Amino acid sequence: MSKRTKRPIWQMLVVILFATVALIPILWVALSSFKPQSELFSIPMRVFPQRWTLENYAAALLRGSFPIYFRNTVIVSVVSTVITVIINIMAGYALGKYVFPGRNTLFSLMLATLMIPLQVIMIPIFLQLKRFGLLNSLWGIIIPPAATPTGVFLARQYMTTIPDSLIEAARIDGGGEWFVFRKIIIPLSKPIIATIAIFSFMWRWNDYLWPLIVISKNDKQTIQQALAGFVGQLQINWSNLLAMTTITILPIIIVFLAFQNFFMQGISAGAVKG
Amino acid sequence: MTEFKRGTRQFWIPYLFLLPNVLIFTLFVIVPAVQGLAMSFTDWSVFSDASFVGLDNFKELFHDEVFWITFRNTLVYSVLTVCALILVSLMLALLLYQNTIFAQKAFRAIFYIPSLLSMITVGIAWRFILGDEMGIINFIIRSCGGEGVHWLTSGKLAMLSVILVSVWTYAGYYMIIFISGLQTIPIELYEAAYVDGASKWYSFRSITLPLLSPTTLVVSILATINAFKAYELILTMTKGGPGYATKFIVQQVYEVAFMEDRMGYASAMSIVLMLMIGIITLIQFKGSRGEGEHE
Repeated sequence: MSKRTKRPIWQMLVVILFATVALIPILWVALSSFKPQSELFSIPMRVFPQRWTLENYAAALLRGSFPIYFRNTVIVSVVSTVITVIINIMAGYALGKYVFPGRNTLFSLMLATLMIPLQVIMIPIFLQLKRFGLLNSLWGIIIPPAATPTGVFLARQYMTTIPDSLIEAARIDGGGEWFVFRKIIIPLSKPIIATIAIFSFMWRWNDYLWPLIVISKNDKQTIQQALAGFVGQLQINWSNLLAMTTITILPIIIVFLAFQNFFMQGISAGAVKG
Repeated sequence: MTEFKRGTRQFWIPYLFLLPNVLIFTLFVIVPAVQGLAMSFTDWSVFSDASFVGLDNFKELFHDEVFWITFRNTLVYSVLTVCALILVSLMLALLLYQNTIFAQKAFRAIFYIPSLLSMITVGIAWRFILGDEMGIINFIIRSCGGEGVHWLTSGKLAMLSVILVSVWTYAGYYMIIFISGLQTIPIELYEAAYVDGASKWYSFRSITLPLLSPTTLVVSILATINAFKAYELILTMTKGGPGYATKFIVQQVYEVAFMEDRMGYASAMSIVLMLMIGIITLIQFKGSRGEGEHE
């Protein structure tokens, strides 16, 4: 980067303007969730609550079924992420470090299905889940989406960067294939494991369509489903809804701020939504 | 690559590593995809036996007015959203890809944050903000002496709102992809152009755009597939209304399949949606080849 001049001031202003547009809606929702019901829509509207209150949060968390939805979502996101990481890393290792008949076909097939969104096959998937008795069970939201093609792709790309000599050395020392995987590959794959785990957690946490297809019983719903239900009612209780929305957004923002670099690297390496 | 060929010991090891992923994948993606195609030629429903009806579903679809409205809406929404997204995210990427702006990393993170939120929460947030009577935007407009705008309750504006909110959500995500594309362009090219007295606009057109075209292709394909999938956002913002103004194919498929229990017919709609995605992706591939770039 030689003799680069600083950006002109108007470009700086454009950036600041867009950053404001990106953040203000989220802040407005969060701030409004601390307003008492009487203040929420009172004219003139104020940015900050005149009286800060936690009553909306108390109502969301202590009354109604929101804690159950929250618990369901935590279970689904965590368990599904663990499964995703294990099976994606295994698949990525096989595709990246072994030569075997059908390897390229399998890999292309997986990538090709990125073009088939869930939205297109939700009806046969519903019937398939019914056949396996997975409807209205959290396992129905945990297992089927765990085999993400994106995760396999990222894992495979990463595996090709691990030197073969390390694997060979472990084999010569008499390690079995599973031993090599556990003791050599897993420790070397920590960065990609973190990336896949973070994305997987976010996908499952934010997921709406899978739960919608699988779950119809009230006590098995996830928070996204519950939120969609609340906003679909004729009389929306905005105070409660905004508190629940803020609680739903918060874990994702925290994960992002803690692991920012993994997010950016993940996308740059070709991560896609799914 | 490890030499571990057919005929050597334990040739089945890699298949074992692949098994769990491939098994789930086959059961819940490949089998359903094939079955969905088969179902579109039947009158399948949950509560009665299915029988083969040939092309009847597609014939009915051809005359189904509501379906064509959702088809057109999906197309309009997707084209406008993808174009707007490419423009905005490329602009943000150009502003932020070099270390020449104050707090460039923090700004990148800020632009990326909306794409972390679920579309359900995004829809709720914007419905709160764009409300006719109670929304903050109309309050500001009224305070300045203007008239409240029917952001979500008048047909054309509702579509525009949904498009703008989609751009708000995803611009930062595609910005990151554009940034990684821009960083692969060698800086020497710009320096050479500068020495030759080329204008900034000229080097943008003859260096940046052509060398960036593989990235642009990736972004436009990802954004298109994403736009065709849109469902959660309209569900929470407009419920597809007013009337059918923002109703898209996915919502129609869901309602026909799970509320009217006409799964065969809804499968036929899904097939049309899949074809739309396929055709548009193909056009994008061809289009980028036509520009003389390969990728």
